Amino acid sequence: MNNRTISTTAPEPGGLAAVRGRFGELDWRRYVIYIGFVVVFAFFAVLLRDQGFLSPNNLLNIFRQTATITVIAVGMTYVIACAEIDLSVGSTAGLSSVCTAMALSQWGIVPGILAGLAVGLVVGSLNGALVSLLGIPSFLVTLGMLGIAVGVAQWITASAPQPILNDTFNTIFGSGNIGPVPGLLVWSAIFVAIGAVVLSRTKFGRQVLATGGNRTAADFTGINTKRIKFQVLLISGVVASVAGMLYAGRLESGRFQWGAGDELSAIAAVILGGTSLFGGAGSVVGTLFGALLIGLINNGLILAGLDSSQQQVVRGAIIILAVALARKK
Amino acid sequence: MNTSETAVEMRSISKGFNGVSVLNDVDFEVRTGEVHALAGGNGAGKSTLMKILQGVYQTDSGTILVGGKPVQISSIQDAKAAGIGMVFQEFSLVPSLTVAQNIFLGVEPQGRSGLINDKEAVRRAREVFAEMEIEVDPRAHVSALGTAYWQLTEIAKALAQNAKVLIMDEPTASLARHETDALFDLVERLKRRGISIIYISHRMDEVYRIADRITILRDGRRLLTESLSDVTPEQIVEGIVGKKIEGQLSYQQRGGDAASASPILEARGLTSGKRVRDVSFTLRSGEILGLAGLMGSGRTELARVLFGIDPLDSGEILIRGKKALISNPRRAIAAGLALIPEDRRDQGLVLDHSVRDNLLLPLLDKIARGPLLDGGAGKKLSSSLIQKFAVKVAHPNKPVRLLSGGNQQKVVLAKWLGTEPDVLILDEPTAGVDIGTKSEILDMIRELADAGKAVIVISSEYPELLAVSDRVLVLRDGSITRDLERSEIADEESLQLAVQGV
Repeated sequence: MNNRTISTTAPEPGGLAAVRGRFGELDWRRYVIYIGFVVVFAFFAVLLRDQGFLSPNNLLNIFRQTATITVIAVGMTYVIACAEIDLSVGSTAGLSSVCTAMALSQWGIVPGILAGLAVGLVVGSLNGALVSLLGIPSFLVTLGMLGIAVGVAQWITASAPQPILNDTFNTIFGSGNIGPVPGLLVWSAIFVAIGAVVLSRTKFGRQVLATGGNRTAADFTGINTKRIKFQVLLISGVVASVAGMLYAGRLESGRFQWGAGDELSAIAAVILGGTSLFGGAGSVVGTLFGALLIGLINNGLILAGLDSSQQQVVRGAIIILAVALARKK
Repeated sequence: MNTSETAVEMRSISKGFNGVSVLNDVDFEVRTGEVHALAGGNGAGKSTLMKILQGVYQTDSGTILVGGKPVQISSIQDAKAAGIGMVFQEFSLVPSLTVAQNIFLGVEPQGRSGLINDKEAVRRAREVFAEMEIEVDPRAHVSALGTAYWQLTEIAKALAQNAKVLIMDEPTASLARHETDALFDLVERLKRRGISIIYISHRMDEVYRIADRITILRDGRRLLTESLSDVTPEQIVEGIVGKKIEGQLSYQQRGGDAASASPILEARGLTSGKRVRDVSFTLRSGEILGLAGLMGSGRTELARVLFGIDPLDSGEILIRGKKALISNPRRAIAAGLALIPEDRRDQGLVLDHSVRDNLLLPLLDKIARGPLLDGGAGKKLSSSLIQKFAVKVAHPNKPVRLLSGGNQQKVVLAKWLGTEPDVLILDEPTAGVDIGTKSEILDMIRELADAGKAVIVISSEYPELLAVSDRVLVLRDGSITRDLERSEIADEESLQLAVQGV
């Protein structure tokens, strides 16, 4: 080892380059979601100050309305960071709301919750097994599952809403408050906190990112990438089923339509939050802000008096703009 | 030779990135019908110079002359129009298309209707191959062909677009010996037809074999341009590395008697598919075992079987005398094995992840505190690995993609040695690595064996194999044909004969 005394840092000629190298890590593109959030917030705060945008009630409303998307998007972050996709989350939420409502009216609150979770476990395991064991692309598996789940939900209820009269359930899942804090905000906070810590600070999280970043290398490193793929889809399914129960609690009923289209909002939130659509990089906190930004835009556009067709156009344009700004060069 | 005309001339080229100078007033000239080797350590500026010639980067100052006339090369299209073609190291072909479709990609011959005329493409592709005097079916799908044919298709693609200068970057890296020979024959024929070749290679023997002149870059400056008949290998190595290195590429007798040490790994009748057939050998602690063989002889496949990537059809693996069921890499790692894979970019690293994350990936259990990972411990562990293996990184948080080939390989090595394996399998550990890093890696291998680890080295570079191996197994068609003690191998020549089976 005669020539093993090389320093660990490459010499950087010129002080300027060294400074640039250090600040290069503070790349504003990585923080575009936070910048965008602040800009949109400030914009609405000024523009809509007379419409009550800044009133505490309206702000809490934004949280309430985005809670289910936030929860779903936390699970989706894992799936996308692992270079997969889950299109079945919205209809899984719908099926879960229906099963919870039906089991609850028959047997009570605990079986109701278990029925909802069982939906997530079954759908998630099926998605995971088909993707990891049979190697079918998750796009196709979950696209099929999207149809199956919503079809089952509609079928077993004969398209009828299933009212939930259990106040305890409705209070816990959605309608209740803890002091001044809406229960839904607490739910999102719990999911985001756990999701963020697990993704960035645990072995499992690292293995998800490595599998998404380069599956072959992850395999060669001794990571069971099949199991990881299974697990992320299972997580996504279970998390979506909890979101379904949050719908059920807030709207005091189970309906097959609950959650319809949420997969797209969740994917948008995840991508806005800086998770790579090609896997390998992901941020749960970014996802939270992605979901909040979407909620913010929805709320602001409603207050501004745009009708729903105009809202869709503006929302779509803002999402494309944000992703375009955040993309890597 | 001085009278022969110039194909390409680059005059006082300078280029910097973010204020850091990468090329400084470099002159580079290639004559018509010449094979001109371009050498230099990692970071010397070879690839930047070539990217300027290809139109990927624009030069900050200096001029480029093609056929004596100044040209403005500001895009890849400009470079192609000027007759400069590139044979990519990572091939730029579309595997799902045919050879002819790839050759004429973007410049497809069209019929009068404006639709693509595939027949015409096939006919013209045949012409190109006929001129190259090689046989390739233009209608074959590229995905169905071997690596050597991919390269020939690349060359045909450049020639079909009337390239007068071909840039070849490590063209033999993935070729077997006879394929290399065929490529060199082709290079000779191209030379005779007045085509110039810029040849980038780390393999000294190849440079001497086919190049007429050599230009060496060091730290972004031109060190020398010489006819190869006027320069010795020692001078070239010295020019690249910047100091004289001796002995790294010659065998060093190491202390200790490997033959009496206890066996760590025993393979008994290993068979897997068609590439590994009834392979048996014993590996002792402190021993470096070389695996020699042509491409497709089953070297890599044997490594994959040992590491649990490919399934074992029959036979058994014993670790320290006990039968080990190695059905996947996790079990292999648990049994004390580590594999430095052949393709570091695809199999060894998550390129977009940081150096630190890559280093820690197999070591996550070591830095776990309860269910969470200890960030501080991770930083400490990765820094100690970076220091120990002298990886040159600007910052451990930077993506590993930004490192040079040699440093990427060091990251892979460090990552695996962090697991403290008993048996280390290295598949082509120095491919695409500059000569300075190469000797560091060879030293590292010797040091590991001295520390009692058992090492298996797979390499198509015989000098390297002979430099480190205590014993060499020769593989052919998946079976061991020779088991040679180092003392039985006189020189590179005799090992090559053993591999060729003569």
